[in-house]
Amino acid sequence: MTAIRKYWIALIFSGLSLAAFAQHDHEHHPQQTGDQHEQPNQTDHAQTAAAAGGAHGDCGHPIDEVKEGEFNAGETAIHHIADANAVHIFGNLYLHLPCILYAPGHGWTLTTTSAFHPHHHGNGEVSKKGYVLVHGNVMRIKDPAFAAGEYNIEGYTHKEIEKDGKTKTIYSALINGECKELDPKSTLDGGIMGGGITSFYDYSITRNVFTMILTALLLFFLFRVAATTAMRREGQAPKGLQNFLEPFYTFIRDDVARPAIGPKYEKYMPFLLSVFFFILGLNLIGQIPFFPGSANVTGNISVTIVLALITFVIMLLSSNKHFWEHTLWMPGIPPVLKILILTPVEILGLFLRPFTLLLRLFANITAGHIVILCFVGLIFIFGKAGTSVGGSITGVLAAIPLSLFMMALELLVAFLQAFIFTMLSATYFGMALEEPHHDHH
Amino acid sequence: MLFLADFSVIKPDPGLLIWTTVIFGLFWFLMSRFAFKPIAESLKKRESDIQYSLDEAKRVREEMANLQAENEKLLQQAREERTQMLKEAKEAAEEYRAEKKALADQEYRRKVESALQDIENQKLAAMVALQNQAGQLAVEIAEKVLRKELADKSAQEAYAKNLAESIKLN
Repeated sequence: MTAIRKYWIALIFSGLSLAAFAQHDHEHHPQQTGDQHEQPNQTDHAQTAAAAGGAHGDCGHPIDEVKEGEFNAGETAIHHIADANAVHIFGNLYLHLPCILYAPGHGWTLTTTSAFHPHHHGNGEVSKKGYVLVHGNVMRIKDPAFAAGEYNIEGYTHKEIEKDGKTKTIYSALINGECKELDPKSTLDGGIMGGGITSFYDYSITRNVFTMILTALLLFFLFRVAATTAMRREGQAPKGLQNFLEPFYTFIRDDVARPAIGPKYEKYMPFLLSVFFFILGLNLIGQIPFFPGSANVTGNISVTIVLALITFVIMLLSSNKHFWEHTLWMPGIPPVLKILILTPVEILGLFLRPFTLLLRLFANITAGHIVILCFVGLIFIFGKAGTSVGGSITGVLAAIPLSLFMMALELLVAFLQAFIFTMLSATYFGMALEEPHHDHH
Repeated sequence: MLFLADFSVIKPDPGLLIWTTVIFGLFWFLMSRFAFKPIAESLKKRESDIQYSLDEAKRVREEMANLQAENEKLLQQAREERTQMLKEAKEAAEEYRAEKKALADQEYRRKVESALQDIENQKLAAMVALQNQAGQLAVEIAEKVLRKELADKSAQEAYAKNLAESIKLN
C-alpha cells in the first residue's frame, strides 16, 4: 500500500519538476508566442538591429529572435548545461553573484551581475567598464572606447562566421544603434573547441562555483553532524545520520580502498571519500530541476580536469621504483620492442588514465542533462513552441514517462560515476604502490 | 552549427579550474580533518570493541566450560571422598564396636572372675566362720557333755586322758 503511495508521490513530483522546467523555458521565450505581451523594447531592438545591419555591415540576428512555432531543443539544452554568471531562479528573478574579471591592460573589475541590470534571458541592459551580460554570461566589448563607464545596451545580436574552416558565433551588443563585437571569456582549449584566449579572464563566482560551495557546505554539515554524534556517543550503537553515512564510509573502505590499494589504503581514504562524496553530491544536486539545483557541475570539463589531475598527482607521488621500471623499461622484453612499442605505449597509457577519468565523468553527466532537457523540450517541439495547445499536451504526455525514466537512470548514473571515479582513482594508486612479485622474473 | 560554438562545458575555464581546486582542496582538508577522522576513529574503536567483546565472550565461554569441568571433577572427587569417608566411618565404627565389645568382654570376664574370687573369699570366710561356729558349738557341746560327764572325778580324768590321746593322733 505504502509502496504504491510512494510511486504516486514520485510521479507527481516528476510532473511538478517538468512543469518547473516548462515554466522556465516559457519565461525564456516570451516573444515566441505572438499573442503574448510583447516587449516593445525587444521589438525595437530587433528592428534597430536589422537597421544597423543594413547600415554598418552584417551584425547578424537579434539573439533571442525565434521564428514563430520553432523551437531548437538542442540549443536550449546546451544553454542550460553551460555555466553562467547569474543564477536564474524563475521569471525575472536572478541570484546575483560576484563577478571577478580581469582584462590585461585594464586591470581587475569587481562587481556583481546585478550591475548589468539583467532582464529577460539574463541579458544585461547596461555595460559596465566594457563588460556586458549576455544570456547570463559576462562578455566584453572589443572596442576599447567602451572600456570605461556605463553604456545603455539596446540589444544583442549574433552571427555565424567561417574562420579557418570552423564555424564561430560572434556576439555583438547594440550601443547607440551601432553593433559592437563582443569577446567571450578566455578558455584554455587553445582554440580547439572554439574558445581560446580573448581580451579578458573571468574568475567570477559562477553558478557552478556557487553550487560547488553549496554542496561542499551541505556535505560538510551532514558529515560534521555524523562525526559529532560518533564522538558524543562513543561506545554506543550508531544512530540517525551517523547510521546513514557510516555504510558509505565502510563501503569505500572495504570495497574500494582496501581491495584496490592494499595494506597502505588508510592514507588514501580521505581523498577517496572526499572525491566520492564531492562528485556524488554535485551529481545529485545537479539532478534537482530547480534552484538551487540543476547546475551541470560535474558535467563541466574544468571540474573533472581538476579532480582527475589531483588523482594523477597523488598517483605520481605514491609511485615506487617498481612502477616506473614496469612503465619505462619492462623487464624480460627485448630492448628493441621496448623502445619501439612498449615504452611509448606505457607512457601514453600513463597520461590516458587521468584523461579517460575526466572525460568519462564529464561525458556521462553532460549527456544525462542534455537527454533530460531534450525530453522536456518535446513539450515545445510538439506544441510548436507554445502555439499549439494540443501538441503541448501530447508533448507533456510523451515527456513525463521519458523524463521520469531518464531521471531514474541519471540517479543511478550519479552514484555509478562517483563510484567509478573513486574506484579507478584507488586502482591507479594501487598500481603505483604495487610491490614486485617474486614470480615476475 | 551554433551547437559546437556554444558547447562551453568542454572548454577549460581558468576561473572554474581555480575555483574547483580551491573548493575541492578546502573540502578535502576540512572533511578529512573534521569529519572523516572522527568517523574513522569511532568506527575503528567500535570494530575493536566488537572484536574485543567477541573474544571476551569466547574466552568467558571457554572459562565457563573449564569451570564446569572442574566443578564436575570436584563433585566427583567429593562424591568419592564421601564414599571413602563413609566406608572409613563404618570401618571405624566397626572397629570401635569390636574394641568396645572386647573391652566389655574383658570387663565381664574380670567381673566374673572377681565375683568368683569374692565368692571364693566368701566361701572361705563362711568356711572359717562355720569352722569357728562349729568349733564353738563343739566346745560348747563338749563343755556341756564334759560338764555332765565330768561330774564325777574319775570320769573327768578318763576323759582328759582320752582327749589327750585324740589330740596326739590329730
